Amino acid sequence: MKKIVLSSLLLLCLAATVSAQGNTLLLNAAGATFPYPIYSKWFDVYHNEHPNIQINYQSIGSGGGIRQVLAHTVDFGASDGPMSDEQLAQAGFKILHFPTVLGADVPSYNVPGVTAELNFTQKALAGIYLGTITKWNDPEIANANKGVNLPNADIVVVHRSDGSGTTYIWTDFLSKISEDWKNKVGKGTSVNWPVGLGGKGNEGVSGLVKQTPNSIGYIELIYALQNSIPFGKVQNAAGKFLKADLAGVTAAAAGAAKDMPDDFRVSITNTPGAAAYPVSSFTWLLIPAKIDDAAKRDAVKGFLKWMMTDGQTYNETLSYAKLPKPVVEKEMKAISLIQ
Amino acid sequence: MSTTATTIDRAAPPEAGPRAFIRRLRDGDEIAHVVTLVFAAAILLITSLLVYELWMDSRLSRAKFGWDFFWTRTWDPIFDHFGALPFIYGTLVTSVVSLMIAVPLGLAAAVFLAELAPRRLSDGIAFLIDLLAAIPSVIYGLLGIFVVVPLMRTVIGPALKAVLGKLPLFGGPNYGVGFLTAGIVLAIMVVPFIISVSREVLLTVPGDQREAALALGATRWEATWQVVVPWARTGIMGSVFLALARALGETMAVTMVIGNDPKVSASLFAPGYTIAAVIANEFTEATGDLYLSALIELGLVLFLMTFILNGLARILIVATERGGGHPS
Repeated sequence: MKKIVLSSLLLLCLAATVSAQGNTLLLNAAGATFPYPIYSKWFDVYHNEHPNIQINYQSIGSGGGIRQVLAHTVDFGASDGPMSDEQLAQAGFKILHFPTVLGADVPSYNVPGVTAELNFTQKALAGIYLGTITKWNDPEIANANKGVNLPNADIVVVHRSDGSGTTYIWTDFLSKISEDWKNKVGKGTSVNWPVGLGGKGNEGVSGLVKQTPNSIGYIELIYALQNSIPFGKVQNAAGKFLKADLAGVTAAAAGAAKDMPDDFRVSITNTPGAAAYPVSSFTWLLIPAKIDDAAKRDAVKGFLKWMMTDGQTYNETLSYAKLPKPVVEKEMKAISLIQ
Repeated sequence: MSTTATTIDRAAPPEAGPRAFIRRLRDGDEIAHVVTLVFAAAILLITSLLVYELWMDSRLSRAKFGWDFFWTRTWDPIFDHFGALPFIYGTLVTSVVSLMIAVPLGLAAAVFLAELAPRRLSDGIAFLIDLLAAIPSVIYGLLGIFVVVPLMRTVIGPALKAVLGKLPLFGGPNYGVGFLTAGIVLAIMVVPFIISVSREVLLTVPGDQREAALALGATRWEATWQVVVPWARTGIMGSVFLALARALGETMAVTMVIGNDPKVSASLFAPGYTIAAVIANEFTEATGDLYLSALIELGLVLFLMTFILNGLARILIVATERGGGHPS
């Protein structure tokens, strides 16, 4: 512990001396861990292109990001779930949401003897996570997977134990497709799970699923793609079974773009459209509407513009889905709200 | 443990020397006195500051739930209903299970190393044990996930079920993760503390004690078990409480193998949750004020638990010292 404190102090000193060199404008940001890989890439590339601007991002979690923005300890924050109305009211100053990239959750499972890609109806997923569907050969699962020999085995449900944006997306989806879920459990970064084991992080969940026969767990699409973890198809609002991919996630966002509210606080789970993957979500930057320091204000605006245009080209190499065009256009207009 | 330390009279006054030297020494003493006093006071200050912070930051939750916080089984961040019972239960159960495994194991190993093994072997092994005590807990967590959990699911669990499956303690489905697995991993983690400290204490038992017992006709085992171990009793207990303290506060290794499900279950196979683990897991993403406050109150509860257990340990040590007639 002492060592950790010492070395972090050393690092801080180092960081301080580095940033003190030259006339670099340092912006501090903190928040969500899910988009951290793309954010650090963006901030790095942006710093190379604009050597006078450096953005320092700490991935301390969405909750921490929101708290730090409210406490004015960072220039902007980041969150996987939009801020609630109470939180915005409590802030005392206006906070704008800017969607940056898209993420999605996929169901991964381990059923011995089953190699086929399973189809999960919305009812099946809600039932499994509510604990009302307990066997793999339940008709709700079997009817959507004709020809697959599902065992008469108990389903072991796995969820995230740490508070996370991944859980937010999953529970948001379940809340939309099941009244029971909405009333009994609700949506959030951590919830009171009716059943199941908790694994820490995507690696914890996928590890438990890999080890435990007859288990199912949800993980981030990015994590599944990068680690080649097989996963199943999910039924979308149009009734189609879709295997998650980046195009499907962007399609889900495009489906929501028409009714996008002006503050961008929108859920895009289960949006209409035959190609829309139903368990998708935006992740947001939280930016104060009023930034007193003119240099910082211009830097933030400049970065947002770059992020919406050039920045988006880095998304797919890191397995993040791109923002759909209409959303980008709307966000470009919203940048002028920062004053 | 302090009772076994021998005071050596190093601070004897110099027999001769110029007065100025003595004077300087005295001045140095004063400075040393002040410096050490400040450091000792700092410990007190840090502890009270810690309690104060936990107390203040948990007032929302304390005001809302009061004493019910200790008895409530729900932990629901969405509907803002928080109770600590499953976490207190999980923390206690895993710690008790770990001590039940680690104490006999550690004590036996310490007796062997101190009393029976050749000195060279004993020192060599003691070095390795100290090394074990220094391994970061996440490594033990990995050991738990890759070795203990599969073993638990395929070998230990089914075997226990076959023999003791009728008891509620070993009922219910066995996922591989749960109270028992967490207890086993914790036991592996704390056993080096018990061995290392107990061995040192056993080695400080004066040879006369052993020889006197042997001279009276005791066998080696009788001398060890009836004379040497009781002599070192206080120090051994100290090692056990050191182990308990680590088990209570362990976070990473536990959360990796306990299943993280806040439920109070009779079965050791069932998944559970501990206080330290839930704080580490949920603190970063806790957005609501009450939610955060409840997590901080959990920290306060953990502090209280360690405080009470340490107090009990003190009482136990004092009581056994009075009860036993051995000098210590």
